[in-house]
Amino acid sequence: MKGLFARFGVGVALALELLFFGILSPHFFTPDNLLNVSLQISITAIIAAGMTLVILTGGIDLSVGSLVAISGVLSTSVLRMDAPYTLALPIAVLAGAAIGMGSGFAAGVFVTRFRITPFIVTLALMTIWRGTAFVYTEGRPVWELPESFAFLGAGRVVGIPFPTIVMVIVFFVVHVVLTRTRFGRYVYAVGGNVEAARLAGIRTSRVLTVVYVISGGLAAVSGILLASRMNSGQPNAGLMYELDVIAAVVVGGTSLNGGRGTVVGTLIGSMLIGVLRNGLNLLDVESYVQQVVVGAVILTAVLLDRMRSS
Amino acid sequence: MIPLLEMQEIVKQYPGVRALDGVTFELRAGEVHCLVGENGAGKSTLIKILAGALQSDAGTICINGAQVDIRTPSVAQSIGIGVIYQDPHLVPELDVAENIFLGHEPLVGASPFVDARRMHDEASSILARLGERIPTQTRSSDLTVAQRQIVEIARALSRKVKVLVFDEPTAPLTGRETENLFRLIGDLRHQGVGIVYISHRLEEILRIADRITVLRDGRRVVSVDADGVTIPQLVQWMVGRELSEEYPVIDRQVAEEVLRIEGLANARLRNIDLALHRGEILGVGGLVGAGRTEFVRAIFGADAITAGHMLLRGKPYMPRDPADAIAQGLGLLTEDRNGLGLFLQLSIRENLSISSLLQYIRRGVIDADAERRRVAEFVDALRVRPPNSELRVDTLSGGNRQKVVLARWLAANSDVLIFDEPTVGIDVGVKYEIYVLMNELAKEGKAIMVVSSDLNELIGISDRIAVMCDGRIAGILPRSEATNDAVMTLATAFASIEGAHA
Ligand SMILES: Nc1ncnc2c1ncn2[C@@H]1O[C@H](COP(=O)(O)OP(=O)(O)OP(=O)(O)O)[C@@H](O)[C@H]1O
Ligand SMILES: [Mg+2]
Repeated sequence: MKGLFARFGVGVALALELLFFGILSPHFFTPDNLLNVSLQISITAIIAAGMTLVILTGGIDLSVGSLVAISGVLSTSVLRMDAPYTLALPIAVLAGAAIGMGSGFAAGVFVTRFRITPFIVTLALMTIWRGTAFVYTEGRPVWELPESFAFLGAGRVVGIPFPTIVMVIVFFVVHVVLTRTRFGRYVYAVGGNVEAARLAGIRTSRVLTVVYVISGGLAAVSGILLASRMNSGQPNAGLMYELDVIAAVVVGGTSLNGGRGTVVGTLIGSMLIGVLRNGLNLLDVESYVQQVVVGAVILTAVLLDRMRSS
Repeated sequence: MIPLLEMQEIVKQYPGVRALDGVTFELRAGEVHCLVGENGAGKSTLIKILAGALQSDAGTICINGAQVDIRTPSVAQSIGIGVIYQDPHLVPELDVAENIFLGHEPLVGASPFVDARRMHDEASSILARLGERIPTQTRSSDLTVAQRQIVEIARALSRKVKVLVFDEPTAPLTGRETENLFRLIGDLRHQGVGIVYISHRLEEILRIADRITVLRDGRRVVSVDADGVTIPQLVQWMVGRELSEEYPVIDRQVAEEVLRIEGLANARLRNIDLALHRGEILGVGGLVGAGRTEFVRAIFGADAITAGHMLLRGKPYMPRDPADAIAQGLGLLTEDRNGLGLFLQLSIRENLSISSLLQYIRRGVIDADAERRRVAEFVDALRVRPPNSELRVDTLSGGNRQKVVLARWLAANSDVLIFDEPTVGIDVGVKYEIYVLMNELAKEGKAIMVVSSDLNELIGISDRIAVMCDGRIAGILPRSEATNDAVMTLATAFASIEGAHA
């Protein structure tokens, strides 16, 4: 048991959890339910992939939840404009992505050029974007979207939900970037020791900025998928997502001090939390009790990971 | 007579490495007992167990014949064991005095308030005993590596100790600081303090040791009286074979100029002129604080330059940042391997290849096999122990870490290599290998600049020695004129004039 944990960490916790719910609920292991879980976790998991990069550099991105809202609101507004859907959709997606990446770029500049800590920079961006989303929509959701827009968040390709497919692609790409490219190696180096990284010839500002741009961009992708699923741009969408996302990354074994962690771990962390929520729902556990259980599981998972690394 | 300290049959097992395999070590009051051995032999591990920083898996420790259980560093302190670690750990945000008195700050009467005045006074007087005048308000993050080492020593002296351990204290120090330290060790010894002293500078060992214990692969080879022991004998015990030469024969041709520096200046440097040639090893000497590190950092684009210009291969050269310097074929090995060199939580492989990843990129991704092969070559050539490149560097001994940062720049294949204290903490056997390697590199036409506080080393390997003093170059000595005295005279050239004025 202890040896298993040492080898696979939270993966073991996830397996135990799957087993637990599989035994308790007959519906749990049906393909429908599993695909449903994957759909439920996809929105935050996609953001968590970007957050992993940020946390690996020793930073944090609190603005992701608000970016979900602003990008959703913005892209749905574009869709309501008087243009053919085939033209409007790409523009809508680009507009959403642009605001996410632009925000990430701004964060990167503040962090690297003006040397303000990521926590403060992204905290400020968090309230700025949330506020902007409300001001822009006057507090009302953006409704009456083209019907085909719903595909992004709810459509299926050979039975697999589209957001799930996006999630798998995102994780695959981030995984390859982290493990096989020069940029990935630099992310770990910058997170481990910025000054040593600079002296080793790494343009640390560039690495940091790119990381925030990726995080912002992926938050925007999630924002668009979520808007599609809700068939509206909601100014309060993604509220508190940053906390769920950070929890998934940390449960997945990435160190908040930077320099240590994997995106595969983050995927497992996201699944651990997602499966837990789903299982508790199937077992009809009351939602307030669910919150308590989720918190306890997060603590336990991180504790086990610490015991493993010490 | 009951010894002051007895460590019996100490065992320490790490995953895959038996760092100590039943080591027995005895220390008498009033003696200097030197501990020597190759990199990774287990010296620091033994010391950390004594200091309560690590727990042994087996064995006992007795002080004055009574068994003690040193579970934590504070237990060690309370029974009078002081340790100066190989890699100083000062709190960067605290000033010199605060670091020295960390954990036992003098208080105003019985109040909870720190008596800052007394703390600073006492800190200065301890530093004065070491012959240093570092301002006690300086934040420790602003200190040089040598100054940090001195503060670390002062910290140990600020407590009353029965046993004082020095783990390679002189590695970053030059002659003058070393002399001061030895005088102080002499005083402590007369007061009956037992002193454990670890160093790879064997001449030092023979100078101050009363007894010597040699470790090899986690076992004790011998414990002997130092009288009559010779360096070849010591080396024989350490590495298990004889080493014929200390330095390789210099058989290289100095060729055309590659780097020319004219009037270089910044906050710490004044009007430096120097030329570096292909096939040359240029030594840079001087005392601690002379600006040697600042000089090489400026060339490498790590610090701002305010005046002067440089030519690299005949073309104007003014690096924006280190990345720019590296792209133009320079490499700088920093003196502070833990703070500025290594990524402690990454593996040997990742640390070694970080500055040469472009070499392994195939179709946009790193060719893992090519990378691994190349890293293995260096691990082999420099005899990194244990020879497994997937280990995290923070599990390596001090000297082995040094080999990893050194190898990074060898792998980067730079044209102009600048080494700031390249052999700090490296054992005699491997030191020789590194000198041979540098000689080979110079023969291939590379230009090498070596900053070193080890005078013998500088004289042994350099074609010329530029001696710095007070941010300037006091003089350049060709190999034929490079003697200890000549270097030292230049190293204090301006200080003595200014001293006369003051
Ligand atoms: N945390 C660790 N995990 C695994 N192995 C370790 C760890 N710390 C030290 N070792 C191993 O223990 C052995 C002894 O290391 P130690 O630091 O005592 O050597 P040393 O004699 O002080 O060498 P040096 O002269 O290079 O400072 C080495 O092989 C080292 O790799
Ligand atoms: Mg050591």
